[in-house]
Amino acid sequence: MNSHIDISAIRREFKGEREDLIPVLQRLQELEGYLRPDAVRSISRWLKVSENEIFGVATFYAQFRFHPPGKYNIRVCMGTACHVVGARNFVEVLKADLNLSPGETTRDGMFSLERVACLGCCALAPVVVVNEEVHGRMNRVKFTELLATLRHTGEPPEPEPDDGQHKHADGRPEVSDVRRERS
Amino acid sequence: MNGDKEQVLAASKETVLTDKMTFLVCEGTGCVSSKSPEILTALHGAVEQLGLGNKVEVGFTGCHGFCQQGPIVVVEPEGIFYRRVDPKDAPKIVAAHLAGGEPVPDLYYRHPATREAIPHYRDIVFYKEQQRVILRNCGKINPERIADCEARGGYEALRKVISQMTPEQVIEEVRRSGLRGRGGAGFPTGVKWDVCRKVAGDEKYVVCNADEGDPGAFMDRSILEADPHSVIEGLIILAYAIGASHGFVYCRAEYPLAVRRVRNALQQARERGYLGQAILGSGFHLDIEVFEGAGAFVCGEETALIASIEGKRGMPRVRPPYPAVKGLWGMPTVINNVKTLASVPVIIARGADWFASIGTKNSKGTAVFALTGKIANSGLVEVAMGTPLSSIIYSVGGGIPNKKKLKAVQTGGPSGGCLPASMLELPVDFDSLTEAGAMMGSGGLVVMDEDTCMVDVARFFLSFTQSESCGKCAPCRIGTRHLVSLLEKICSGKGEEKDLE
Repeated sequence: MNSHIDISAIRREFKGEREDLIPVLQRLQELEGYLRPDAVRSISRWLKVSENEIFGVATFYAQFRFHPPGKYNIRVCMGTACHVVGARNFVEVLKADLNLSPGETTRDGMFSLERVACLGCCALAPVVVVNEEVHGRMNRVKFTELLATLRHTGEPPEPEPDDGQHKHADGRPEVSDVRRERS
Repeated sequence: MNGDKEQVLAASKETVLTDKMTFLVCEGTGCVSSKSPEILTALHGAVEQLGLGNKVEVGFTGCHGFCQQGPIVVVEPEGIFYRRVDPKDAPKIVAAHLAGGEPVPDLYYRHPATREAIPHYRDIVFYKEQQRVILRNCGKINPERIADCEARGGYEALRKVISQMTPEQVIEEVRRSGLRGRGGAGFPTGVKWDVCRKVAGDEKYVVCNADEGDPGAFMDRSILEADPHSVIEGLIILAYAIGASHGFVYCRAEYPLAVRRVRNALQQARERGYLGQAILGSGFHLDIEVFEGAGAFVCGEETALIASIEGKRGMPRVRPPYPAVKGLWGMPTVINNVKTLASVPVIIARGADWFASIGTKNSKGTAVFALTGKIANSGLVEVAMGTPLSSIIYSVGGGIPNKKKLKAVQTGGPSGGCLPASMLELPVDFDSLTEAGAMMGSGGLVVMDEDTCMVDVARFFLSFTQSESCGKCAPCRIGTRHLVSLLEKICSGKGEEKDLE
């Protein structure tokens, strides 16, 4: 893996002041999918904020990831409206089907799961978002179908360097080893 | 220079206010997720096929508020309302209006009880019973086109303020209107502005709080997606009133469409001279930027929001000093909610007396609610303050589906409360709700029927507040944890008598 992350593109967009920290981290995550430790180190030197403090800030906010997300990042809305119509079902399906818990990515890099407080599409509850696409009025059957579609007909994930593609013959990802992001 | 601007304005008014037949597709987050952009393309295609591209307009609007019926297509000027439209329906709809085709009653809204088909927007009870002040432009304009907003009176209040009013007069007008903060606390807006105006400071800031963190609330998102200019205009008027030259719109990153539309609106406002240096030829200058919240419920609280903009962990601090005295970077700062700011231009344009004539003695104007849960018509609702809960649920909301009984209504987000069915006649305003042990909050109304378990709801909210606790103070950090484990125990059937003590 490349240990020297070039953050010069980001540097050009900001003044480089202390208060730029959160927008800078957001931009980094937008570009790289997560906060790579070496990029955080470069940002620390540039903004003159210790890495310790940067991680202190970043872990406070739900938006930031510290491991690469899956090819399909699934966000299950856990807002009130979604809760009363059974949002927990989807988390259960992912656990049963892929052994995937919130904050984790499957080893093949295909799926990751996040719980979000509310996406503000309550009239479409329950809501699941895959990458940026909102799927409303979900139910267990539709959700299982959606997963199957993503797994079989969806484009395969671009291989991450050093990330072996462990898959079963039927395309199901191997479930034994998942990366835990946050407790 | 000014003359040019007037000309542009006049021309833009003309193009918008023609009687040309217009097909308007809803492009709020709800409808977009049900493939409304494909409908837009299909309608364009169908119109082109008939060779009527120059006679008919096909466009889009922001959220109509009736998200449950989405995707929505409205045909103006007749005001025909089509719901649950599929891209395949586009040729049928176009033919019905242009090529002498048959009407498409399958796509009309049906009354939830009588099943009667209702073709016109204006006849749908959901809309008929509402009084739309804050949502005045939502679903009526293309939110990405400033001219649409101007054609409906947008930025006229700003012109009036800059050409005819002193900052003190603006504050007095807002104070007289009785406007109270729509973020939940209901603090008098005019008083907040006045405090900030009177505090000395080299620099002052204005912030629009669009960190709508309450689960079950989507009013602010819908407004920013459907009518960003009204909010921006309110923010500019606020900056003029307190003497600020820099502003922020603090919007949740979970709302990417809202963020995009606000950025676009800010750019257009700059091009029109409503933002930047020498606004509308005056000595007043202001710029506004968008700050994307990184996902922390607590950042809706104003001191936590300030810490977040400063690039720190979003932890609240003790007040006073209030932000109006000592806010962003220690400078006087006014933070107002999206709905508060969207109310300001109408107050200026139509006068404080008009605004104060709506609502109750101590809660003036209207309230916007996101009506969700076990309800027939879920969506965005705006009613006069003091409207009984029953009319929101049974008239506007169309009642509880599947002949179930109402059990409770949850208001005010996780820290609010649940109103039992026995309180159905309660007038909904700041004071009545607080007296009843709930709170207005930012405006989420989640309806629960007889199947909803209240203990489970309590557990849900506590686990939410537990995971969103910023961890600064022990009662919240440790207390919520204990309460959650207690409720977990009860929910798993292991509750004991002593758990209730």
